[in-house]
Amino acid sequence: MNSETVRSPMIKPKHQRLVLVMLALAALVGAGLLAAWALSRQASYFYIPSEIAAHAPEQGRAIRLGGMVQKGSIKTMPDGITIHFTVTDGKAQVPVRFSGITPDLFVEGSGVVAEGRMEGATFVADNLLAKHDEKYVPREMKDMVSARSKQGMAQTK
Amino acid sequence: MIAELGLAVLWMAAALAALQLVAGALALRPEGGQLGGLVRPVAVMQGVLVLIAFAALVWLFVTTDLSVKLVVENSHSAKPLIFKIAGTWGNHEGSMLLWVTIMAVAGAFVAVIERRLDERTLIATLGGQAFISLGFYAFLLFASNPFARLAQPAEEGQGLNPLLQDIGLAFHPPTLYVGYVGLSIAFSFAIGALITRNVGPAFARAMRPWVLGAWIFLTLGITAGSYWAYYTLGWGGWWFWDPVENASLMPWLAATALLHSVSVLQSRDALRAWTVMLGVLAFSMSMVGTFLVRSGILTSVHAFAVDPQRGAFILALLAIDIGGALALFTLRVSTVTEGARFSLLSREASLVFNNVMLCGILGIVLIGTLYPLMTEAYGVKVSVGPPYFNPVSAIFAFPMLVVMAIGPLLRWRRDRLTGDRAARVTWPLAVCAALALAVFVGVETLAHHITLLPALGLALASGLFPASFLPLVGRNLRRTPLPVWGMVVAHAGIAVSLFGMASESAFSVERLAALTIGESRDVGPWQVRLDGMMPVAGPNWTALQASVSTRYAGAAPTVLHPMAETFTNPPGTRNESALQTRWNGQLYVVLGEQAQDGRWQMRFWWKPFVPLIWAGGAMVGLGGLLALLGRVMSDLRRLIAKDKIAYRRTRQGR
Repeated sequence: MNSETVRSPMIKPKHQRLVLVMLALAALVGAGLLAAWALSRQASYFYIPSEIAAHAPEQGRAIRLGGMVQKGSIKTMPDGITIHFTVTDGKAQVPVRFSGITPDLFVEGSGVVAEGRMEGATFVADNLLAKHDEKYVPREMKDMVSARSKQGMAQTK
Repeated sequence: MIAELGLAVLWMAAALAALQLVAGALALRPEGGQLGGLVRPVAVMQGVLVLIAFAALVWLFVTTDLSVKLVVENSHSAKPLIFKIAGTWGNHEGSMLLWVTIMAVAGAFVAVIERRLDERTLIATLGGQAFISLGFYAFLLFASNPFARLAQPAEEGQGLNPLLQDIGLAFHPPTLYVGYVGLSIAFSFAIGALITRNVGPAFARAMRPWVLGAWIFLTLGITAGSYWAYYTLGWGGWWFWDPVENASLMPWLAATALLHSVSVLQSRDALRAWTVMLGVLAFSMSMVGTFLVRSGILTSVHAFAVDPQRGAFILALLAIDIGGALALFTLRVSTVTEGARFSLLSREASLVFNNVMLCGILGIVLIGTLYPLMTEAYGVKVSVGPPYFNPVSAIFAFPMLVVMAIGPLLRWRRDRLTGDRAARVTWPLAVCAALALAVFVGVETLAHHITLLPALGLALASGLFPASFLPLVGRNLRRTPLPVWGMVVAHAGIAVSLFGMASESAFSVERLAALTIGESRDVGPWQVRLDGMMPVAGPNWTALQASVSTRYAGAAPTVLHPMAETFTNPPGTRNESALQTRWNGQLYVVLGEQAQDGRWQMRFWWKPFVPLIWAGGAMVGLGGLLALLGRVMSDLRRLIAKDKIAYRRTRQGR
């Protein structure tokens, strides 16, 4: 060790380790707090139609809506790509608008989870998650209206 | 017969793993020294046996042996050969066997070629490897036997999920698994070094190539997986912040941090405890990822082979392995002495900063991934998506990228930015920063609709790319060591990838249309026209194929063929997108359904510079490969030199 390092602002090894540990901890705690704060604002909550009817989420906030596609409710608009349909959980209905290619297994009576936001009384969906294959049921659907969904799926098969 | 052989061999391999653990543990005691010689050969034999078991399973899938339960549930005789082979790991049991196979083969590989590490630490390492493997053997043999037979052979198999019947399945899972499981080697090294109290530069030098190898595979596996999801899901996205994706990103973040702290330990003998901690963390993240994916407690678009009961088993393994390693770490960390000092302005300090930032991102991703589980405990269902992950991880990623541009130019231990160092470091960096600023101002003034995050990304990428090459300035390029080239290429790859990501989110143009045959649409600079529809058939599917002629800004048209495929075994559909790649981006075409009025739904995206995302990922992998090559070559040279010395000595009769 030459004389320069002795005079240098470098600190004692033990202190250096302490400083490093403190900095790392501070950063990680900061990350945790930041994550908690952002999650409370950004997480998108899952609603079923009767919850929306009872207590509507604020306009424009990203949410998910889950339920059954009501029979006879799918209507294609003249542009050929926008559809309107109604999601129901047996107690309440929510009208949904969606522009895009629907998932392969999106049919009337099937279960669906839509990602999007409320605009007025209509739910505008950015994305539809229908079941991908025979085995896949959106997780939120599993325990929600499982009797109804089974019945609905049996009818559409 | 083959199935029974496979199972028997698997049991033997498990027994050898037990022997390896016991022999390794005893060899570390003074009275059991002779047992140490047993550990290496046993590790090699274990690797060979598991490889045989895996080959047996592949054989069962190739011949479609319909008396084996796994084959019946996941394969079909009419499937193309490549998907029969790849189908071996397209299910839970098979993929766990692949996991164990890679783990044992990696252990055997260490036993054969690792000569730098002192023997005691190596024995402890192989013992640790055997300990982790044993848990997975137990999991395979008791909870998910891939070789189980059916009482009554089936008539025909049930086939493989159509989304998995893609060439991506042949490459992506094995690559990713080599990466995940390769990190188990780093984990075992960390444990071995803690047990023998031997954390130092020699240990880091031995550990680094293994970390590097696993990290290369992880990088390439994630890149390939992202591209596969991009073209096969038909959503035009390349990263969804889906639990399965996060499960692969978290070990990558930890491994990236580990890779850099190992190099500090190797060349400067600093960050000892931190490196060991990251070694434990990286593999823990692989296991957490596997648990999340396999248990089905989180839903994923990429989920396959999910089984909630088995999740509990993996959770128990997780608790034993990670808990044990952390307990060992806590007990022994006080014996790991402080490393060398460094000042705030030094290469070490910049690497420490980036390590902490990487861990911060890791925490952000982990919390975001687990948050839905935590709220569900209180009966609230939420999902967490890009609005959380993108900005919050960027808060940590952007400062990290800035430091990534500066760090490689700094000197080890301490640096000062006055005099000649200002000319070498400060001014070139200032030029890069000015470039970034110019791009940012340009983007903000010319295109108001672009949000802050992509604009920052574009600016940062433009500054980072030239800055990545600064470490080469003033060097003799032909004599620059390969690891330096590796670093430069990998850092430039990050910039390239970032540019692709930012450009994709800033400039993508999307068009949804219902087209009659002969109708045209404009998609950004492209003009597309639906020419016709045609039925086509493949080996196990039929499809409707559209012919779409596309012209870029009046150039000669090319014809694309997006398809909507229908599979029979098992029944399912898949929308095969069609891609047209140019140097400046990609046109993405998906065929939807036919509307009631006979028009066809189609979806088009023009994504400027999107291929750079994966090109950058490949560059990062290539950078790792260059660094590894440099290391292997210097090791070879050293071995040859050693042999020469030994030869001369014997010739001189000494």
